[in-house]
Amino acid sequence: MTAKANLETLPRTLQVALALGLLALAVFPFVGTAFYAEMVARMMILAIFAMSLDLLLGVTGLVSLGHAAFFGLSGYALAFLMPAAEPASLWWTLPAAVAASALAALVIGFFVVRTHGIYFIMVTMAFAQMVFYLFFDNKALGGSDGIYVNFKPDARLFDLENKRVFYYFTLALLVGVYAFLRRLLFSPFGRVLAGIRINEHRMRAMGYGTFGYKLAAFTLAGALAGLAGYLLAAQSGYVNPELMGFHTSAHAIMMVILGGMGNFAGAIVGAFAFEYLLETFKDLPTLGAVQLGKHWQLWMGLFIVAVVVFAPRGLLGAIDRLLWRRLPHRERDLD
Amino acid sequence: VDLANFLIQLLNGVQYGLLLFMLAAGLTLIFGIMGVVNLAHGSFYMLGAYLAWSLASLTGSFTLAIVVGAALSVLFGLVLERLLFRHFYKRDHLDQVLLTFGLIYIFEEGRSIVWGDDVHSVQIPDLLSASIPLTDNLSYPVYRLFMSGVCVVLAIGLYLLISKTRLGMKIRAGAFNRDMTEALGVNIKLIHAIVFAIGVALATVAGMIASPISSVYPNMGSQVLIMCFVVVVIGGIGSVRGALISALLVGLVDTFGKVLLPHISGMLVYMLMAAVLLWKPEGLFRQ
Repeated sequence: MTAKANLETLPRTLQVALALGLLALAVFPFVGTAFYAEMVARMMILAIFAMSLDLLLGVTGLVSLGHAAFFGLSGYALAFLMPAAEPASLWWTLPAAVAASALAALVIGFFVVRTHGIYFIMVTMAFAQMVFYLFFDNKALGGSDGIYVNFKPDARLFDLENKRVFYYFTLALLVGVYAFLRRLLFSPFGRVLAGIRINEHRMRAMGYGTFGYKLAAFTLAGALAGLAGYLLAAQSGYVNPELMGFHTSAHAIMMVILGGMGNFAGAIVGAFAFEYLLETFKDLPTLGAVQLGKHWQLWMGLFIVAVVVFAPRGLLGAIDRLLWRRLPHRERDLD
Repeated sequence: VDLANFLIQLLNGVQYGLLLFMLAAGLTLIFGIMGVVNLAHGSFYMLGAYLAWSLASLTGSFTLAIVVGAALSVLFGLVLERLLFRHFYKRDHLDQVLLTFGLIYIFEEGRSIVWGDDVHSVQIPDLLSASIPLTDNLSYPVYRLFMSGVCVVLAIGLYLLISKTRLGMKIRAGAFNRDMTEALGVNIKLIHAIVFAIGVALATVAGMIASPISSVYPNMGSQVLIMCFVVVVIGGIGSVRGALISALLVGLVDTFGKVLLPHISGMLVYMLMAAVLLWKPEGLFRQ
């Protein structure tokens, strides 16, 4: 059912494009305004989140509709760990917050990875909503308003209150997570995950305990989503239940789909493209009495439906297919 | 908890469970027969509630509003099936998730444009606005009994339709083996359109009859959608009987949880789901 063949090894042209993209990100704070630098930092954080989901969605073939729970949990962990009067150290709040997300992913994963297909989709969504309502309904946990994070974490060696420093800290983590996941993809562990996506029964017949592998992938993806959630909470200075809602989970799926699944580079591109579109839709001008920007949900909904109907394998996939059509048909059969 | 209170909670639990069944039945049928995950199912519930509110204020009659609304929802289901869903029956679940997520945005914004973002209340019809006294100071509203009654009638109707009629036989055959059924001359596309429209109508009618007691508000579909997912997962996907039993179970656990264990009541239903997953990962009545 799922697309089996992923573009795992990136062609040279794409590698060059990625390197150029990295260069652009590196010089951006010196070129763009502070406002846009903050927006790009936010996009990089969401790119980390999208990559963590790609590990499940693209690599392992697990369609999780509850990934935002782990994204939001570590943001909340930071909010609770941060004292009201002084900043707490980055060096213990970050590991603690990521560990909280990883632990939640381990526990929830223990229940969900034994299900398949549509059950997995529904169950991940249901457990994520359980976490959502836990925070939404409890005043002690911030309730529907959420909680403020009063300070940026204190890193001692560098000052995260400085927006430019925060930007480069985020960029470094983006590159680090990407490099880590690329290594993981071609490691024996990553190969088993790809094997599970393509044919789980065969992997089990070959003697792999697929339950353990899937649980490990789910936990790792949860931990990396936690890393992104921590950064977002630190950047924006507050957390609210929306972070964990299923809209956030669905947005992450959309990011991965837009860019192309299973190679992590696509997730990054997709996250940037999706966030850019979202901002564009929200900033649409007012024509006469009609405030186009107010109805961003309509445009986003139509866009998503259009992508699924006309370009189901993402924008890159659509370009790819257009090129495919020009090829002689013997080469098309590979698809 | 004394007897009268217990009775009230029991009736509330059953009524909530039956309402969930109306939604879950459509969800499980649409998945079981066409293989589509429909995240927008909760939106039909919301649209139903708004439809009941606007039609009731337009026509002045709640009964008329429900009849007209039900007819409109069948039409809406047929159009939606023809334009979009039909092309997604054989697609990846991931595509279906995205399509129906996009539809949630479109329906929510459409609702906002047509009806606005205000919370509304719907008047209970005079005939059903009475209460039945249980003790000196406790009573039970007739309307809730009426709701349960409507759900039971529709549930029996659905059962008879699927297991006793010729159309139901074709539906079951199509779910069992689509190609063979088609080869025998059954218009399977028509069958699918009918099943989809039934699912949409059930969800919309559920929203309409729930509107007087739950009030009408934006995003009212998403919470009920999650509950339906829980019901369908516990009952086993594709099983209408499983959906009925698990909907009643979820309704009772949720209602009594709120009374007996208020601190963790929000979690109880999910704990129930987790327990079922450990015991039977495919649900209680997987076919």
